[in-house]
Amino acid sequence: MTEIKKSNTMLEVRDIKRDYELPGGLFKPKKIIHAVKGVSFSLERGKTLAIVGESGCGKSTLARMLTFIDEPTSGDLIIDGEKTDTRPGHLTPEMRQKVQIVFQNPYGSLNPRQKIGDVLGEPLLINTKISAAERRERANEMLVKVGLGPEHYNRYPHMFSGGQRQRIAIARALMMNPKLLVLDEPVSALDLSVQAQVLNLLADLQDEFGLTYVFISHDLSVVRYIADEVMVMYFGEAVEYGTRDEVFSDPKHEYTRSLFAATPRADVESIRARVARKKAASAA
Amino acid sequence: MALLQIDNLTVEFETASGWFRAVDGVSMSVNSGEVLAIVGESGSGKSVAMLAVMGLLPWTAKITADRMLFEGRDIQNIGASERRKLIGKDIAMIFQEPIASLNPCFTVGFQIEEVLRIHLGLDKKARRERAIELFRQVGLPNPEERLNHFPHQMSGGQCQRVMIAIAIACDPKLLIADEPTTALDVTIQKQILDLLMSLQAKNGMGLIMITHDMGVVAETADRVVVQYKGKKMEEADVLSLFENPKSNYTKALLAALPENATGDRLTTVSQYFDGTPEPAGTSA
Repeated sequence: MTEIKKSNTMLEVRDIKRDYELPGGLFKPKKIIHAVKGVSFSLERGKTLAIVGESGCGKSTLARMLTFIDEPTSGDLIIDGEKTDTRPGHLTPEMRQKVQIVFQNPYGSLNPRQKIGDVLGEPLLINTKISAAERRERANEMLVKVGLGPEHYNRYPHMFSGGQRQRIAIARALMMNPKLLVLDEPVSALDLSVQAQVLNLLADLQDEFGLTYVFISHDLSVVRYIADEVMVMYFGEAVEYGTRDEVFSDPKHEYTRSLFAATPRADVESIRARVARKKAASAA
Repeated sequence: MALLQIDNLTVEFETASGWFRAVDGVSMSVNSGEVLAIVGESGSGKSVAMLAVMGLLPWTAKITADRMLFEGRDIQNIGASERRKLIGKDIAMIFQEPIASLNPCFTVGFQIEEVLRIHLGLDKKARRERAIELFRQVGLPNPEERLNHFPHQMSGGQCQRVMIAIAIACDPKLLIADEPTTALDVTIQKQILDLLMSLQAKNGMGLIMITHDMGVVAETADRVVVQYKGKKMEEADVLSLFENPKSNYTKALLAALPENATGDRLTTVSQYFDGTPEPAGTSA
C-alpha cells in the first residue's frame, strides 16, 4: 500500500524552513528573517498545486528551494520518491534535470544577446553529450511543441512579444524532459488574450508529458481555473491547504477570505448590484 | 457639456518603416462625476491617447484631432505655460509604477508640497497642513512622520497612495489613472480602488481608468471604451458591455477570462476574432 502511494507522489515537502540572515552593524544585532516557516505538502504526479499569497509571503522563496536555487535551512524535500540532499555539491545532475523553473518576467529571464536556438540548446550542451546537429533538431521540435516554429531558431529575444517569450521560457524549461515544473507567476506579466493562450499551452503540455506543476500566482481566477490543489501562504506560513473546491467553497482562514473578498468580480450580477448601489447613493 | 471631449484623435510616431499610427481616430468624452474605463491590451494605444491629452508625448509624435476640449476650452493648441497651469491642477494623472514615478532624491513631503506651492501658492505652514490632511485622506498612517520619508522607505501600495495624494492635491476636475493597480497585490489593489472610488464620489470629479483587467473594469466603471490596435472597438455602459457585448473583440476578451472557462481549455481571442479591427459603428 505504501509502495503504491510512494510511486504516485511526485513531490513531498516536510516542514521546510528558510531563514535569511541580515548582517548586523557595530551596535545592531544580527537579524534573522524567517521567510518560510515550516511548510509541508505533497503533490501527486500530473497534478497542479497553486501557491497563492501576497508579495513577501515567501512563495517565491519556496519556489527557489524546490528548484535548488536556495538551500532550505531545515526540512526534507522528497522528489519522485527520493530524498534530495540539497547541500551544495551533493545534488546529482539527474535530480537537477527533474525539476525546472519558468520565471515571471519573460523580458528579464532571456539573455538579450543569445539566439533562441542557443537558449534552447544550452541545457543540452551543459548536461548531455548530444551532438550539435541533434541539439538543433531537438530545439526545433520543442519550438513546434510550444506553438512557435523552426523559423524562430535564429532570432533574438527582442524580436518576440511577451507571450512568445514566455513560450520560449517554457520550451527551455522542458528541454531536459523534467517531471516537475515550477512556474513562478508565469502569466501575470501577460495580456488577457495572451494569458489564455499560455494557460492552454501549459494544459496541453501537462497532458502530453504528464508534467506536475507547482504554479505560483496571486490571481485567484487563474488559480481556480488551473489548480487541482491550492495552498495559501501568509507571512511564511501555509495558512490554508486543500483541494481547489475545498478552498474556494469553504475558506477556513481569515486571510483567505479577505483574499477572496478583494478579488474583483466580473460577473454580470455583481456589476448590476454595484451599479444599483451607486444609483441609490447618488439619489440619496 | 462634457468635461473632456475628444473627437477623432490620431497619434502617429515616425519609425524606420514609415509612420506608425498608435491611436487611430478615437473619440470619447467624460462628464464630471463619471468613471470611464479604457480597456485594451498592451499596444492598443490606450495610454498614448491619454498622454496626448496631458501633452506628455515627445515632440516627435504627430497629434491630430478634430477637437480636444477640456471644459469647452481647446487644449490641443494651448501654449506651454498655459498647459502647465492646467496640468497637475485641473487634470491630474496617476501612473502604473508608483515607485518609479516618484523622485527618489526628495522626500514625499517635498514632492507634495511642491504641487501646492506652484499651483495654489500656499505658504509654508498652510502647505504642511494641507499635505498632512491629504495623507490622512488617502489613508497613510502617521502623516506627520511620513512627510519626511523618501520613496524607497515605503512599500508599493504606500507609494501609490502618495501619488494619489499628489494627484488630488489641487482638487482636480479630471483624474486619469493609468493602470493604477497593476503593480500591486490583490488586497492592496482593492484598497486603492476603494480609495479612488470614494475620492471620486466625494469630489465629484471625472475619472478615467486605463486598464487591461476586466475585473477592475467591472468593479469601477460607469462607461467603458474598448480599444484594439489604436481603434475604438466598442463603447457601452458597463452593464451592457458585460451582458451583451457588441463587437467580436469584446466577446473574445470576455471569453478569455479564466472565470468564464467552459470545459478544460480557455477560449482564445483568435478563435473569435481574426485581428482585423472593425470600426465601432458597423457592429453596434
